[in-house]
Amino acid sequence: MIELLVIKFILAGFVLFMVMNFAGLHTWIERKQSALIQDRIGANRASILGFRLMGLFHPLADAIKMFLKEDLIPKGADKTLHTLAPLFSVLFALMAFAAIPFGPPLELGDRVIDLQVAKIDVALLYIFAMLSLGVYGVILAGFASRNNYAILGGLRATAQMISYEIALGVAVIGVIMVYGTMDLGKIVDAQGALIWGFIPRWGIVVQPVAFVVFVTAALAETKRIPFDLPEGESEIIGYFVEYSGMKFGMFLFTDFLETIMVACVATTLFFGGWQVPFLQSDSVSNPVFVMLGMASFATKVMVFCWVFMQLRWTVPRFRYDQLMTLGWKGLFPIAIANVIVTAIVLVMIDLIGGKS
Amino acid sequence: MAKKIVHRPELTFWEKLYIPQVLTGLKITSIHFFRNLFLHILHRLGIFKHRRAGVTIQYPEELRPLFSRYRSRHRLTLRDDNTPRCVGCMLCETVCPAKCITIVPGEHPDPHVEKYPVRFDIDLGICVYCGYCVEVCPEDAIRMDTGILDLASGTREGMRLDIHQLMDPELRKPVTNCSLDFPHQCEVTGGEMKGGWDQVRKYSDNQV
Repeated sequence: MIELLVIKFILAGFVLFMVMNFAGLHTWIERKQSALIQDRIGANRASILGFRLMGLFHPLADAIKMFLKEDLIPKGADKTLHTLAPLFSVLFALMAFAAIPFGPPLELGDRVIDLQVAKIDVALLYIFAMLSLGVYGVILAGFASRNNYAILGGLRATAQMISYEIALGVAVIGVIMVYGTMDLGKIVDAQGALIWGFIPRWGIVVQPVAFVVFVTAALAETKRIPFDLPEGESEIIGYFVEYSGMKFGMFLFTDFLETIMVACVATTLFFGGWQVPFLQSDSVSNPVFVMLGMASFATKVMVFCWVFMQLRWTVPRFRYDQLMTLGWKGLFPIAIANVIVTAIVLVMIDLIGGKS
Repeated sequence: MAKKIVHRPELTFWEKLYIPQVLTGLKITSIHFFRNLFLHILHRLGIFKHRRAGVTIQYPEELRPLFSRYRSRHRLTLRDDNTPRCVGCMLCETVCPAKCITIVPGEHPDPHVEKYPVRFDIDLGICVYCGYCVEVCPEDAIRMDTGILDLASGTREGMRLDIHQLMDPELRKPVTNCSLDFPHQCEVTGGEMKGGWDQVRKYSDNQV
């Protein structure tokens, strides 16, 4: 029992370490990538003992700045909720990572360790629950600030997240139908198979429409450009106007955490998770297989983060009515149609008797 | 009055799909991203330095190229014997619209040269960089071609350049030692007269 606890603690620590560091690095990635896209050089002045390291110390300088800034709570605001709101945001974003399988099962002696912090049968539902609970951080931040603009920002954010959650959920139903399970570990296992012997049976191959809908809706969930109407730092006022110091930093951090989260889910559902294409578990020894699997998972997540960042610096922001139109009249019907078509095709395959 | 009906261009179905348009945008940003990334890597390896990877000028290390006629900080041109070419005719002080030039002329021992400046101050805090002093000078004694742009000081006094800094653009405030030989009102040592013409002659004998 104690051993199991220790293993779980190590796994949780490992995931937290990786995720937090990657989210911290995201500020650097965002600066440098936008600079490269716009023919600039990007932040490169922060230095320790004269070493600049391409501006890698800027996230560190940012963190120090955030911690040292004065933490203001507006007069008359609800102090408890005002403090709790950023906490909720970060907490739920971090908790969702528990259900992500980031590597193949590791065999240590006669013990098999699943590289997944929490082995939940309905991991997918758990992740969606955590993503939905993230709304509380946002609406509480708007509500507790005692600022009408902040409350409007919070309402915009809530409306947007709820609208897109439906499209997100329905898009994923197609994937669940194809693989017949909600256990992310089993979904990843199923994606290791090959169709006709040469195409990996990844989610994007069997459910391309669901992938497009999922990525669009997931981008909207992360509240980043082109769906950053809740914040809109340049024109409209968002739900965290009344936040300063590290509390503001935590909202910023949540954005990056959610981006990584969405990248992880997209990788797990549509790009084979930790599967290396055409590599089976019996062809190499277990430790090598585990290392390759984890490297494959990390690479895919990073590529997704890169794509999301590239999208963020390419596409202009939607108008609010366009956003709602896209969510309710665009993505939602497409997702429903995708589910129906998937159901019909699955029944047809069953009737013919073949196995996909 | 004929009516002219302007039809707004409607989006085609292909454009309404939005995804192809997003991909077109992604193509453009990706081309920029990978080109600049590739160039940065090449620069690290020390090749292809002539193709810039960004339009940013890294200011203190890299100066912006200036036009040859750009008017920057003033300087006084020199004769062969390291004395100012200025003859103290007061034309620049007279023409200056901002009245930032102060000249105190003194007698020059050479009969071919009328006078020379015992004191030549330009207050850059007042100067409007019109360049009239350069144009009016009959002796080509003052120029604005040093290319020095980073003029800043915590005090008004600090913006006043005296003859030491005007004759040597490399000198920056505070000037600590005086290297001028001819008689001048030396601001470095507190405003009293210093130097003598007999010291100047030692360096150069080509003066009559």
